[in-house]
Amino acid sequence: MSPPSLDRFRSRLAGTIREEPNPFGDAVFRAEPSDLRDVLRSLRDEHGFDLLLDVTAVDHLELPDSKPRFDVVYILRPSVGSERVRVQCRPPDEDLSLETVSDLWKAANWAEREVYDQYGVRFRNHPNLKRILNHKDFVGHPLRKDYDIKKQQWLSEPDDLMDEMRKLRGGAEGEESESVLLNIGPSHPAMHGALRALVDLEGETVRHTVPEIGYLHRGFEKSAEKGTYTHVIPFTDRLNYCSSVMNNVGYCRTIEKMLGIEPTPRAQTIRVVLLELGRIMDHLVSVAANLVDVGALTNYWYLFNERERIYDVIEALCGARLTHCYVRIGGLAHDLHAGFEEGVEGILRELPKALADVERLVARNRIFLDRVVGVGAITAEEAISHGFTGPCLRACGVPNDLRKDEPYYGYDGYDWNVIVGTRGDTYDRIWVRMEEMRESMRIVAQAMKKMPGGPVDVDDKRVSLPPKTEVYGNIEALMNHFMIIMEGIKPPAGECYGSIEAANGELGFFVVSDGTGKPYKVKVRPPCFYVFSAFPRLTEGGMIQDLIATLGSLNIIAGELDR
Amino acid sequence: MGLREIENLSGSGVLTTRLDAVLRWGRRNSLWPLPYGTACCAIEFMAVVASPFDLSRFGAEVVRFSPRQSDLLIVSGTIVHKQAVILRRIYAQMAEPKWVIAMGACASAGAFYDNYCTLQGIDHVIPVDIYIPGCPPRPEAVLHAVTELQKRIDAGVPPGSQRTEGSV
Ligand code: SF4
Repeated sequence: MSPPSLDRFRSRLAGTIREEPNPFGDAVFRAEPSDLRDVLRSLRDEHGFDLLLDVTAVDHLELPDSKPRFDVVYILRPSVGSERVRVQCRPPDEDLSLETVSDLWKAANWAEREVYDQYGVRFRNHPNLKRILNHKDFVGHPLRKDYDIKKQQWLSEPDDLMDEMRKLRGGAEGEESESVLLNIGPSHPAMHGALRALVDLEGETVRHTVPEIGYLHRGFEKSAEKGTYTHVIPFTDRLNYCSSVMNNVGYCRTIEKMLGIEPTPRAQTIRVVLLELGRIMDHLVSVAANLVDVGALTNYWYLFNERERIYDVIEALCGARLTHCYVRIGGLAHDLHAGFEEGVEGILRELPKALADVERLVARNRIFLDRVVGVGAITAEEAISHGFTGPCLRACGVPNDLRKDEPYYGYDGYDWNVIVGTRGDTYDRIWVRMEEMRESMRIVAQAMKKMPGGPVDVDDKRVSLPPKTEVYGNIEALMNHFMIIMEGIKPPAGECYGSIEAANGELGFFVVSDGTGKPYKVKVRPPCFYVFSAFPRLTEGGMIQDLIATLGSLNIIAGELDR
Repeated sequence: MGLREIENLSGSGVLTTRLDAVLRWGRRNSLWPLPYGTACCAIEFMAVVASPFDLSRFGAEVVRFSPRQSDLLIVSGTIVHKQAVILRRIYAQMAEPKWVIAMGACASAGAFYDNYCTLQGIDHVIPVDIYIPGCPPRPEAVLHAVTELQKRIDAGVPPGSQRTEGSV
């Protein structure tokens, strides 16, 4: 197949599909419901857009063009390469349904369920169109503009998931006598408090897995519509809370893209340092927890000590250990503190020792290797179909990394490597993370060395608060301050998708602005949502204990998964 | 009864005390927490158990995920309606006497998730003994909560009796 190219697609489909002008330079095509599947299939098969990043919808109720009311959005990307394309399609109001694409991409299965759950758009021929984030007794669709944000609904009994399990088991009820059903989670040490799986066991072999999510669906997207663009930043901290600062950057970068702002060189470099420290922190927890899950407890102490060391530096920087909230639209909350450099040096000095300790404990440990090598393996094609990105996709041998594919903040100026695995199993996923920490250290060291001087905030009255001396000294600055605080930053009206390479993969934000100071819609493209959708595929046919080891290596963070 | 008295035992080999005092002493110093971690606060709870803060200094490091084996439920994280039914069930499965710590703003009051899916504090479904403010609370605050609870156990305060008017 020739390399992915939008231009070719444009010329090929001119006439049957309309390209919509986008104020932010995104490629957006509008398809008719009847053509939708063909357009998407053509993008996948003939133009190399094999990764379905996300599916969401926009409720146009409060926008000028409110008929038809819902706009369903498909975001695609090649598995290696940086071009993005959005295909959007409006289902008719009377029917409110579209043909499913879950047979083209496995990723669409959960993504479409979410659109159905949140917006009530149905997908014809979907194999399992039921709610995914909200509970089974929920009535209505919370992300519709006419659903009151405070209207809570109680649940009396958890879903027994038997409807899905029965489908999987198939056959007559009598034939099931050999197998045993086991419910794991959500309150289970390996399920990290918010994941659940119902498994069908034959002896110790997993025959079927039915995962359930939504146990930490805390309404990020609805809440984000209620405040200003700046108010969203602390909410982003709590998406992937193991590396908060990365979510801050991902969100702010998208809003900056809408405003046409490029952060100052110093802010960019500080962001790179924090992004890589965030990646290290995330991988530390992931690897530590994964090793605990397979019984290697000692490593947890070693790795968590290093996380504490990073906490200390970050806490001195922004006052918080976990939820940093340090990045602002157009810059940073404030500049680095005196002592930051020494702190980072300490991290770079001590971390390699901890990694070496862990490696000595496990790298040639027979028990460890038996538990992870060849366990929970997935091929690259399947991983791509499921929408994998980040370490889990790289473990399958695909060098997918936005830092290389679409270098931002000068990532192409640093000397570092993309780490890939070969088998896509649990071992590879752990080892990709171990090595990525080393690469991140290299980037941090280079970034600290070249750290440019200058301000950290852009000189732009639309986003940056004026210095306090001026606020108290002249009326323009006072007004300026007042407007940013009270009305908020106002990106131009339109729809925009922006993303970064977060610890778990491509973390995207699809933001819709109506020109006011409040976001009309903020949708997160959560990397681990798609990774977890492959959980049945990764576990079926394996042993029950492998399920635990596999889950740990996926690094499913509930805040990001359920939002 | 304290350590000193136990040390003194070595002389006589006999110690007289009241049965409930011994029980309280035992319970206070060997709380077995069930970490009901659902969100960001759970990551801070992990820090509480790791070496720099080390919950075991207070005798509460035997973390058990089985409600049958634990007597201290530490709810660390946001509880949404989908999760609330499970939380109630887990609490009901714990044997008496049992205590509950609500760690963080979410468990205590829903934090800034004042929306359609989030329970506005776990005391709507189970009784709470200690609330820890913070988003997330610092590990020191968690240790403080545990020692505070120990004092209450020592003083014979019945579990769940601290709940505020109007809850549950
Ligand atoms: S209180 Fe804050 S840190 Fe804790 S779970 Fe809630 S949002 Fe997360």
